[in-house]
Amino acid sequence: MLDFSLTEEQLSAAAMVKEFVDHEVYPTIKEYDRKHEMNPDVLPRMAELGILGINIPVRYGGQGFDYVTLGLVCEELERCDSTVRVVMSVHMGLNSMGVLQWGTEEQKQRFLTPQAKGEKYAAFGLTEPGAGSDVAAMLSTARRDGDDYIINGEKMWISLATKAHHVLWFAKTDPQAGHKGITAFMVETDMPGVTTGDIHGKLGVRAGSTGWISCQDVRVPAANRIGEEGEGFKIAMSCLDNGRYTVASGATGLIRACLDASLKYSQERQTFGQPIATYQLVQQKLAFMQQWYDTSRLLYLKAGWMKNEGQRNTRETSMAKWYATDHSFQAAHEAIQIHGAYGYSDEYDVERYLRNSRGAIIYEGTSEIHQLMQAGYLLGTRKDKPLRCELPAYDPEFWQNE
Amino acid sequence: MKVVVCTKQTPSTTAVFSVNNGVVSWDDPGGKPNVVNPWDEYAIEEGIRLKENHGAADVIALSIGGEDSKEALKTALAMGCTDAMLVSDDAFAGSDAVGNARVWAAAINQLGDVQIAIFGKLTIDDNMGAAAMLTARKLGWTPLTFVSAIKEVGNGSITVERLLDDGKETVTAPLPVVINVVKEINEPRYPSFMGIRKANRATIPVLTGSDLNVDGATGAAASKVDWSQVFPIPPREGSVEMIAGDSVEEQVEILVDKLFEEKVI
Ligand SMILES: Cc1cc2nc3c(=O)[nH]c(=O)nc-3n(C[C@H](O)[C@H](O)[C@H](O)COP(=O)(O)OP(=O)(O)OC[C@H]3O[C@@H](n4cnc5c(N)ncnc54)[C@H](O)[C@@H]3O)c2cc1C
Repeated sequence: MLDFSLTEEQLSAAAMVKEFVDHEVYPTIKEYDRKHEMNPDVLPRMAELGILGINIPVRYGGQGFDYVTLGLVCEELERCDSTVRVVMSVHMGLNSMGVLQWGTEEQKQRFLTPQAKGEKYAAFGLTEPGAGSDVAAMLSTARRDGDDYIINGEKMWISLATKAHHVLWFAKTDPQAGHKGITAFMVETDMPGVTTGDIHGKLGVRAGSTGWISCQDVRVPAANRIGEEGEGFKIAMSCLDNGRYTVASGATGLIRACLDASLKYSQERQTFGQPIATYQLVQQKLAFMQQWYDTSRLLYLKAGWMKNEGQRNTRETSMAKWYATDHSFQAAHEAIQIHGAYGYSDEYDVERYLRNSRGAIIYEGTSEIHQLMQAGYLLGTRKDKPLRCELPAYDPEFWQNE
Repeated sequence: MKVVVCTKQTPSTTAVFSVNNGVVSWDDPGGKPNVVNPWDEYAIEEGIRLKENHGAADVIALSIGGEDSKEALKTALAMGCTDAMLVSDDAFAGSDAVGNARVWAAAINQLGDVQIAIFGKLTIDDNMGAAAMLTARKLGWTPLTFVSAIKEVGNGSITVERLLDDGKETVTAPLPVVINVVKEINEPRYPSFMGIRKANRATIPVLTGSDLNVDGATGAAASKVDWSQVFPIPPREGSVEMIAGDSVEEQVEILVDKLFEEKVI
C-alpha cells in the first residue's frame, strides 16, 4: 500500500504553527538576528501553544500527534527561521523523544511530562571541546558515589545551553571502555556545580541560543540515569535518529523559504526590460529548488512514516538529513544569486537563510559522517542491531488517551 | 447561558479574483482560498471568552452555506467553541441580506434559549455589515453594534462598550441580544492542537429549510439585490518616475515640488 495523503489533522496542526511563526516570530526576526539574541517570548509561546509537546502522548503532557506531524511542524518553523526549529531539534528530537524511548515510567513522569507541557526546556549535551564527530573521545566523567553519580566535564556547542532546565548529558562511567563506557544522565541545570554560557560570534542561528555547559563535581542522583550504565552511546545515536529527522524536515522548510522568496523576487525584478524569471538560467535555479524541495520532503516524510510504523529508520533519516541540509544551503546560495546584490544585504531574508543553513551541514552528523554511514550500509560494515528500547510506534489510542 | 457565534466562510484576504462571463472565481497563492471571515475570528474569540469568563455553557458556531462552510465551523471548534451547526439548503442560495437574516433568525430560534448571538463587524466578501442589525430585527432582540468590550453579563442583562466614530459609549441592554464586534475587542487565539483533533472528529449537524421555521422569503428569486452583472475592477495604470538630482537634498526638493503640483500635500 502506498498512500501519500496527509490527514486534515496533520495539515491543520502545521497551518496553526505557520500562523504562529508568521504573526509572532517573523515580524521581529531580523531585529533579533542582528542583536544575536533570542526573542524572549518565543520559548514561552511555543510552550503555551503546545508545540513543545506536539508528538508526545497526552498522558505525558503532550498533544498526542504523530511523528509525521512533528516533521510538518518543523518544516513550518524553519520556513520562518532556523532558530525556532533548532528548539524542536534539541527539546523534542534529542531529549524528549529519548526519554520517551529509554526512560522509565517514573522518569517519564519526572522529566518528559514537564518538558512536553513546556514547563521545562530540554537540551542535549554530547559535543565537547575535543569531541564532536568522534563521540567516544569525550572527557566527561561520571563516578558512582552511593546513590549518586559525580559528574565532571564540559559540553560545547549546546543549543539552548543557557535556557534549558534539563540536559541529557553523556559522560563516561568507564573511561577505558571507549564508546561502551558512556552513560546518559538527565542533568538539571539548577544542580550545584552546573554553569552555562552563550557562544558569541556565530555565523548563523543568531536569534537562537548556542553555548557551553560545565559540570564541576555535580551530584546527580542515580534516578536521573537514563538507561543502563554503558548504554549512553546507543541512547545518543537513537536520539540523533530523531533530532536528524527534525533537522531534515526543517531544512526542507528552509528550501521552501528560498523558493518562495526567489519566485516572488524573480517575477518583480526587471533587467533588460523583462522580469528576470523570463530568463531560462533563472528558471533553472527555480526548477532545481523545486526538485530539492520535493526530494527532501519525500525523504523526511518517509522517515516519519517509518517512525509511525515503529520501523528502524537510522539509514533513511540520515539520508534525509544529509540531502535536505546540503540542498538547503544550495537553495539559499541560489536564492542570493537570484536576488543579486539585494540578496547580499540583510534587508532581504535570503542572506539569513544562507547563514542559517550552514550549521545544519555540521551539527547532528556532518555531511561527511552521513556519507560514511550510507557507504557503511552499502558495504555491509554497518548494520542496525535491535535496541533494548525501541522508539514506540505511533499508537493513536495510547497517544491520545489521558 | 447559550451563546451563538454566526460565522461565514469567505475568500481569504490574499485571494486573487477573476471574473469570466460574470462568474467570479478565486484562488490563493498561499494554497488556502477560503478562510473563516477574518472579522468573525473576533466574534468566535469573544464567544469562547464568554464561556471562560462569564460562565456560558454552550458556545455554538453557526454558519449558513455549502458543505465547504464546515471548514469555517471546524476552525471555530478548534479554537474552542463547544458545538457547531451548519444550515445548508440550495433554496437559500442567492439570498440578499434580509433573506439571510431570516435564515439566521430561524436557526438561532431553532437552537433555543440563546442569550447572545455574536457576529463579526462585517464579512469581507460583500462588506455590507448589516447581518447583526437585520437578524436582531427578525428575532425582535436588541442589537448592539460595534462592540469593543463586554463589561458585564448577568441578571438578565449585558453591559458593553461600543466603539463609535467620536468615542466610546457604555450601554446596558436586557438579554437576549445580537451583537457585532470590532477588532479592538480582543486578540483571537490560534486553534489549539487538542481543538484541532476534536474539530476533525466532530460530526457537524446540517439543517435544511425543512428543519427550520423561516419566516418570509429567501433565495435568489426573493432577493432585492441583482447580481446579474459583475465586472472585474479595471487594473490600475501607473508609471514610475525616477527623480534625478545631484544630491539627496535636490532630489527631495524636486519631489516636494511635484507633490505640491499634484496637490498631494
Ligand atoms: C549551531 C550548532 C548547534 C549545535 N548544537 C549542539 C547540541 O545541541 N548538542 C550537541 O551535543 N552538539 C551540538 N553541536 C555540535 C555538533 O554536533 C558538532 O559540531 C558536530 O558533531 C561536529 O563536530 P566538530 O564540530 O567537533 O567537528 P569535527 O568532528 O572535529 O569534524 C571536523 C571536520 O572533520 C570531518 N571529519 C571528522 N571525522 C571524519 C571522518 N571519520 N571522515 C571524514 N571526515 C571526518 C568532519 O566532517 C568535519 O568536516 C552544535 C553545533 C552547531 C554549529
